[in-house]
Amino acid sequence: MIELQHVTKLYPASSRPALDDVSTEIDKGEFVFLIGSSGSGKSTFLRLLLKEDTPTSGTISVNGKTLNTMSKWQVPKLRRTMGCVFQDFRLLRDRTVAQNVAFALEVINKPARTIKRVVPEVLEMVGLEGKAQRLPGELSGGEQQRVAIARAFVNRPLVLLADEPTGNLDPETSEGIMLLLERINRTGTTVIMATHDYHIVDSMRRRVIELNGGVLTRDQSRGVYGVGR
Amino acid sequence: MRVNFVLSEVATGLRRNLTMTVAMILTTAISLGLMGTGLLIAGMISDMKEIYYDKVQVSIFLAEDVTEEQRAGIESRLESSPEVKSYIYESKDEAFERFQQQFSQQPELVENTPPDALPESFRVELVNPERYEVIKAEFPAGADGVDQVRDEGDFLDRLFSLLNGARNATIAVAVVQALAALLLISNTIQLAAFNRRNETNIMRLVGASRWYTQLPFILEAAVAGLIGALLAVGGLVLTKVLFVDRTLAGPIKAGIIPPVDWSAIALIAPVIAAAGVGLAGIAAYVTLRLYVRL
Ligand SMILES: Nc1ncnc2c1ncn2[C@@H]1O[C@H](COP(=O)(O)OP(=O)(O)OP(=O)(O)O)[C@@H](O)[C@H]1O
Ligand SMILES: [Mg+2]
Repeated sequence: MIELQHVTKLYPASSRPALDDVSTEIDKGEFVFLIGSSGSGKSTFLRLLLKEDTPTSGTISVNGKTLNTMSKWQVPKLRRTMGCVFQDFRLLRDRTVAQNVAFALEVINKPARTIKRVVPEVLEMVGLEGKAQRLPGELSGGEQQRVAIARAFVNRPLVLLADEPTGNLDPETSEGIMLLLERINRTGTTVIMATHDYHIVDSMRRRVIELNGGVLTRDQSRGVYGVGR
Repeated sequence: MRVNFVLSEVATGLRRNLTMTVAMILTTAISLGLMGTGLLIAGMISDMKEIYYDKVQVSIFLAEDVTEEQRAGIESRLESSPEVKSYIYESKDEAFERFQQQFSQQPELVENTPPDALPESFRVELVNPERYEVIKAEFPAGADGVDQVRDEGDFLDRLFSLLNGARNATIAVAVVQALAALLLISNTIQLAAFNRRNETNIMRLVGASRWYTQLPFILEAAVAGLIGALLAVGGLVLTKVLFVDRTLAGPIKAGIIPPVDWSAIALIAPVIAAAGVGLAGIAAYVTLRLYVRL
């Protein structure tokens, strides 16, 4: 369902490509770790899937649609099929937990009735049923990331992109987040997660795609973080 | 479209940038007010043209010592001339009466003018006002009881070129002010977009349409434009009530200056409102397209 063919991304101000001739395929329902040292191109990989940026060369397709030829006004439709989560949560600080989640539905014109029904459902799923009226500032980091995941998942996306979702969290809290992502994956949602956390990668034994200076150097099912760790 | 959502975004946006919003509204108001004034002057000019040009185009003033036959001769020549559409005779008494009326505001002037100081005249309307020279040649000054022939249109042309100048200057200032208003709107929208970048970033990521993301900003500018327009119309109303109707009451009564009618303001108000809303909305849209990534 996601396919990259010879994708190269060269940012204008740099001589070395952020992604260098990357080709891979990810099927529906897969759980993929995207690993590599800092600057290896993981975030760039995810940004290209969201069409936040366009590749310098090569083609990318998501759900059978080629992103390269997609016009600007079709991009919102693409993004409604994808959820994303970041290291820094990106919650709206002046809105409650429930409002943050509802926001994602309001701005894509979902009926109020639907919103009223699904927001409590998804908050319960991520384990925040008692905290719907709190502001993000009144939550721990792990709880804030759960809100972000609820927001990304509330519209039932086909793909969930997570860019170092546990980067700011302690190991125990991270484990809880990973259980949640696994649970989302079990509903059939493809999960692609960029991470530096070798504990998580090693313990879950899922597919691992490793980037090294923009080059895809390893693609291993049931992989570990790396040799010599 | 979730109207409540969009409206609350607009209200929040306007409140968050209160100082910029006020500046934006005031410059818009001044610009639109001047534009309205320009339109009112333009309307006044065309009213005045009707008042003046229609009445009289050429005056033939008679000499002090004009004889009965000379006067009758001039009249019959006017009667038969193909250039003349109509004419009226004004005696010395009538001329003085009109003078008294016209300068009722300046009693000293009237008191110091003897009743027979004003000459008797024929006031002539031409078939074609441009053909004044022909009449002038037909009635040479200083002969046959004619003192002089005056083209009233000439005087009016000068008067109207003055009024046209006033109108053009007002509109020019309005345009410059509008430019300032547009720049300020553009700036305010950029600031508003920056203030709300968290919201708009999330909207972009969850797949809100471009239109949905931009609409609150465009409405924000349009609302400011509308408030500016309302203030401008208020300014015009005040100008009419406090200045035109009071200070210019004399000349308006004497028929020298046409009054500023409520209907004229009522006609201009929607034009101003449309201009305010339209220009502000377009400025916001262009700004978002050019400078802001949504
Ligand atoms: N907007 C940008 N403009 C120019 N260069 C960029 C931009 N974004 C990333 N890069 C460069 O592209 C390369 C890959 O960056 P990217 O953010 O994809 O790495 P990453 O693997 O996510 O790193 P990290 O683990 O630190 O998050 C880096 O060399 C970075 O400097
Ligand atoms: Mg990164």
